[in-house]
Amino acid sequence: MGAGVWVRGFGWRHAGRRGWAVRGVDLRVERGERVLLLGPSGAGKSTLLAALAGLLPEDSGEHEGTIEIDGRPVGEGVGIVFQDPQSQLVMSRSGDDVAFGLENRGVPTGQIWQRVDEALDRVGFPYHRDRPTAALSGGEQQRLALAGVLALRPGLLLLDEPTANLDPAGAALIRAALARAVDADTTLILVEHRVADALPLVDRVVVLEPGGGVRADGPPDTVFAAHGDALAAEGVWVPGRTIPPRRATAPAGEVLLTAERLGQPPRLTPTDLTVRAGEALAVLGPNGAGKSTLALLLGGLLRPGTGRLVASPELAGTDSGTAPHRWRAPALTRRIGSVFQNPEHQFVTGTVFDELALGPRRTGAAEPAVRDRVSELLSRLRLDRLAAANPYTLSGGEARRLSVATALATAPRVLLCDEPTFGQDRRTWRELVDLLADLRDTGNGMVAVTHDAEFVAALADRTLMLAPPATSPEAR
Amino acid sequence: MITLEPIARPGAPLARRNPVAKVAAAMLFVLPLMTTLDPVAPAIAIAVELAVLPLFGVHPGLLARRAWPLLAAAGGILVTLVLFAADRSGRVLLDAGPVVVTTGVLTTALGLILRLFAVALPGVIVFATTDPTDLADALVQNAKAPARFAIGALAAFRLVPLLGQEWQLITMARRARGVEAGRHPIARLRMFVSTAYALLVGAIRRGTRLAVAMDARGFDSGVPRTVARRQRFSAADWLLMVAATATAGATLAVSVVLGTFRPLIG
Repeated sequence: MGAGVWVRGFGWRHAGRRGWAVRGVDLRVERGERVLLLGPSGAGKSTLLAALAGLLPEDSGEHEGTIEIDGRPVGEGVGIVFQDPQSQLVMSRSGDDVAFGLENRGVPTGQIWQRVDEALDRVGFPYHRDRPTAALSGGEQQRLALAGVLALRPGLLLLDEPTANLDPAGAALIRAALARAVDADTTLILVEHRVADALPLVDRVVVLEPGGGVRADGPPDTVFAAHGDALAAEGVWVPGRTIPPRRATAPAGEVLLTAERLGQPPRLTPTDLTVRAGEALAVLGPNGAGKSTLALLLGGLLRPGTGRLVASPELAGTDSGTAPHRWRAPALTRRIGSVFQNPEHQFVTGTVFDELALGPRRTGAAEPAVRDRVSELLSRLRLDRLAAANPYTLSGGEARRLSVATALATAPRVLLCDEPTFGQDRRTWRELVDLLADLRDTGNGMVAVTHDAEFVAALADRTLMLAPPATSPEAR
Repeated sequence: MITLEPIARPGAPLARRNPVAKVAAAMLFVLPLMTTLDPVAPAIAIAVELAVLPLFGVHPGLLARRAWPLLAAAGGILVTLVLFAADRSGRVLLDAGPVVVTTGVLTTALGLILRLFAVALPGVIVFATTDPTDLADALVQNAKAPARFAIGALAAFRLVPLLGQEWQLITMARRARGVEAGRHPIARLRMFVSTAYALLVGAIRRGTRLAVAMDARGFDSGVPRTVARRQRFSAADWLLMVAATATAGATLAVSVVLGTFRPLIG
C-alpha cells in the first residue's frame, strides 16, 4: 500500500512574496523508500512537504511543475505530522482525536473504534482512549498525533520536524513509535535537522539547494562524505562533527544572586542555588520539574511562593534590601535580563531596530548612545539587513537571535535563558554559544535552563539537576 | 484558569439527556418567564430549578461555585436600586440623608434579582452537565448544524484555556524588557491593548496551524462525514422539552391566579 512520488520541475511562490519558496525540484521516490530531506533553513523543505500533502491551495500562491503520487494528484493517501503537538490535536479525548480523521474520510461508524484502538496500539500509546489530551506530555501528544495520521493508513507519510518541540525523552518516544509503527512498505519523507537522530529511520538523503533544485541525493554516507562540510557550515547538524567547548577562562567571581529555599508549589519544590559572576550555570531536569518556573523566579518576574531571592548589594544598587520581584521594570532590566523560550512573547514594537532600542530608551540612555548600541548588536548578531523588518515575520533562528540581543541591549549583569537553543540550526547554535561565552568571560553571570546536553557540554561550568515532579503529570 | 468541564454525576437521569434537548428545554423554560415583571413567577421557577438539581446530578455547592458571578451581579442590582431608584414608595426602612430605603425599593430589587437567577440558572445547569464534545456531536447529528461550524468551534474552544497562560507569560516577558504599566491609568490601558494585540497575534498563528492540521486530516473536504459517537434523540428528550414548557406555563398561571402577574409589555 506504499505510494510512489514523482516530482517534476516543482516550484512554489507564496502570494505576495518576490522570491520562490522552493523551485526546480525533480525527485522520484519509490514505494517504501525512507527519505531524509535536508537543506539550510530557507531551502523550502516545509513548503515541499506541504505541497506533497496537498496543503497549498491554488489561490494562495503560484506554482510550477507537477507532483504525482501513485499517478494521482497530491493529497489523497498522504498523512503529515507537524512540529507543534498543541496545535495538531483537535478533540479533548485521545480516542476522539484519532477518530476525527476517520470521520472526515467517511469511514463507517462500525469500523471506527477498531481502527482507533489499532492505531493507538501501533504507536504504543500507554493510556485508555478516554485519556484527556490536555493531560498528556508533549511526547505523548505527538505520539497521539502520529496515531491520528496512521489510522488513515497513508501510503505516504510526511514528518515535518516531529521532534523539534520535544525534550530528549519525548523525542526518543516519537522515534521509537515511528520505528515500530510504520509499515515496511509505507513511503516516508522526513524533515529533521538533528540528523544523527533521524538516520536510523532513513535509507536515503536528499539535500535541497536554497537557490532552487536538488544539490545531492543518495545514501547517507555518500552524501555526507561529499557535502558534509558545506552542509555543516550552512547550519545542518551533520553527524560526527563536534563543536569545540567554551569553558570559563578564569575562576568564578563574586556571588550575584542567591536563592534560599526558592520555590513555587506545586510547580517548583524549594531550591537553593547561587549565580556567580563569570560563571555559566546550567539548570537541568525532566519536564515538569519546574525549570522554567525557576528561571522566572530568578528573573524577578514571579513572586516567590516559598523562600527568597537575594541580590548582592553590587547587583541591586539603589534597590539593595528589596527582593528583585519588587523592583521597577526599567531597573530590573538593567540588572537581570531574561530570554524566554518563545521569542515572540517578548516582542513589543513594530521593527527589529525599535525592538533593540526599547530597553536602552526605557532605562534613560541618550539617543546617540542608543543608536550606537543598536547598530553594534545588529551586526554582532547578523541582523543588519533586517533592521526595518517586523519581529513577527522573522524565521525561528532570527527571532531567537533578536530575543537574546534585546536582553543584551541594556547590558544586564545577569542573563537568564530558557531553552535558548531549542530548535536552532547548527550555525545559530554555535553563535549563541560564542555570544554567551563571551558574556560570561567578561564577568557576567549566566544561567541557562536547558535540555540540550551538547549545549551544556559546550558552555556550562556548573550544573544543577532539578528532581522530577513529586506529583503525577496529570496534576500539572 | 477557565474550567469548562462538566461537574455533574454522569449517570443522573436528566444529565444523560441529549445535549440539544437540554439546551432547548432550558430556553423553553426561560422564555415565558421573561414576559412578566413580578417576583412570584421567578421565585417559583427558582424553586423548580433547585428541585430538579438532584435529577441533573449537580451538587448545590458546586453549582454555587459556578454561579458566583450571578451573586456579584445581584449585589450590583441591590446597590444601584438603593442609590438611584426613582420609585421610593412604601414604608421607609432607613433614612440616611440622600439614601432612602423603602419597602417599594426592596420589592423592585428583589423582583429583578429573582428574575436574574431564574433566567440564568437553567443555562448554568445545562452547561455544567454537558460535555462540549457531546454538545457539538448532538448539534451536528440532531440539530443538523454544519460540521464545519460545530466541530470547528469545538476545536477552537479547546484552545481557550491556553489564552490565560499566554497572557501571564506575555506580561512577565514584557516586564523583563523593562515594560510595565505601573499605576498610571492611561499607561495601564495602553499596556492592556498592546498585550491583547500580542495575544491575538499568537492566537491567530496557533489557530491557523490548527486549521492546516485539520485540513491535512480531511476536515471539510467534501466527503460525507461519518460519526464515531452516536447521539440519540429519544422520547425521553421530547418529554423533557414538553415538561419544561408545561412547568413554565404553570408557573405563569400561578402568578396570574395570585394576581401578581405584571406583563412586560402593556
